[in-house]
Amino acid sequence: MYTARNYIKAESLAQAYELNQRRANAIVGGGCWMRMGERMYDTLIDLSALELDQIQDRGEQAALGAMVTLRQLETNFMLDKCFAGLFRKCTEHIVGVQFRNCATLGGSVWSRFGFSDIVTALLALDCQVELAGAGRMSLEDFVKMPRDRDVLAWVYIKKDGRPVAYETARNSETDLPVLTCALSRHEGTYRAVVGARPGGPRVVEDRGWDRLVEKVLALEYGDNMRGSARYRRHLAGVLLKRCKAELEVTGG
Amino acid sequence: MTIKWTLNGARRTDEVEPDETLLHCLRKVGCLSVKCGCETSGCGLCTVWLDGKPVLSCSVPAPRADGREVTTLEGLQAEAAELGAFLADEGAEQCGFCAPGFMMNVLAMARELKTPTEEEIQHYLAGNLCRCSGYQGQLRAIRKYLAKKGGEQA
Ligand SMILES: Cc1cc2nc3c(=O)[nH]c(=O)nc-3n(C[C@H](O)[C@H](O)[C@H](O)COP(=O)(O)OP(=O)(O)OC[C@H]3O[C@@H](n4cnc5c(N)ncnc54)[C@H](O)[C@@H]3O)c2cc1C
Ligand code: FES
Ligand code: FES
Repeated sequence: MYTARNYIKAESLAQAYELNQRRANAIVGGGCWMRMGERMYDTLIDLSALELDQIQDRGEQAALGAMVTLRQLETNFMLDKCFAGLFRKCTEHIVGVQFRNCATLGGSVWSRFGFSDIVTALLALDCQVELAGAGRMSLEDFVKMPRDRDVLAWVYIKKDGRPVAYETARNSETDLPVLTCALSRHEGTYRAVVGARPGGPRVVEDRGWDRLVEKVLALEYGDNMRGSARYRRHLAGVLLKRCKAELEVTGG
Repeated sequence: MTIKWTLNGARRTDEVEPDETLLHCLRKVGCLSVKCGCETSGCGLCTVWLDGKPVLSCSVPAPRADGREVTTLEGLQAEAAELGAFLADEGAEQCGFCAPGFMMNVLAMARELKTPTEEEIQHYLAGNLCRCSGYQGQLRAIRKYLAKKGGEQA
């Protein structure tokens, strides 16, 4: 468990950003991941008074605040309708309902975990993040950046109607995934995302299915206690095929 | 630091540490139904409601309860007794250590989902571990409890 000397409910995003510039301070999302560590913080910065716990339908895009919980993602009607159940599928295996009522979108995206179901799913869509300091950028660029002292405020997803599918493999129902896989198709181009390799999610695109499969199988896979590189490569082929079958049902 | 919150329907003011968990705070103020199991989000023993939603109190920072409403099994005595009777009838417990967290989540599910399917029940309760029972007795008890509740509402 972490220790902390102060706990401040930020009154504005600017204040949260300012406070977060000190290395000894940290934003606290759901706190689920942080509590597993032993870090000593000076000040924990709480964003819960900033109305970032909202999922908004803004016409051409969906805007998701950083304090939205994984359970909100899972149960939101607009998200379910616009993104073919993607958020239900990518959250439903994460620990349990009580956990998903705590863990946040901001904590998940900011952490850029290699195993992240959430980041894998989001990368299959046209998605941007908004940071208090650096402003707006694509999620694809954000996941490549090192973690810095910025504050993630919003995630925006274009509602372009692309069909999208999601699959994972897990050794036990609510364990971390052995492999994550998302597939979408937009304007004739397939976009596959493979995560938990065990490294971070990789995006692969191609207009041709066979070439896409070749590219996915050629990605780098590694060993850890959940699975070997060889098994992961095998699973990548299996999950990709299942995703394609799902896409065909939804018109992709 | 000071938090002003509502616990089991009663408004109160308490002192909490900046790095205290809600679990610790609740036990400190006498809600001993709230059990500490894994303390790493894995077992569901510490389940309470925050603004009516089931959460893991071992992960929620206690200062976050400021201005919010927290419910534990102490605040749901009538419902707990009713559900507990079904669990007893089905032999669904051995040590009973998992029961308070489990009951909090079943009661939350009963409020959130009107007529859950078997799959939905299992999905909702996936975060509640029980080392003793094998879950079959619990599932039988839940089905019967929900059937009775459904009958009452019809
Ligand atoms: C036991 C366990 C099992 C898990 N299983 C899975 C799984 O199967 N699949 C999966 O995808 N994920 C899984 N996760 C990860 C989980 O879904 C969340 O991604 C994780 O808990 C982080 O979210 P949080 O809200 O708890 O963040 P916190 O723990 O509060 O924060 C995590 C980090 O992000 C920083 N941070 C938080 N919010 C912001 C922000 N807005 N701006 C800048 N920095 C911020 C914090 O300072 C901290 O460094 C698991 C986590 C745990 C603890
Ligand atoms: S004690 Fe909180 S989940 Fe185990
Ligand atoms: S009855 Fe012993 S842990 Fe559930």
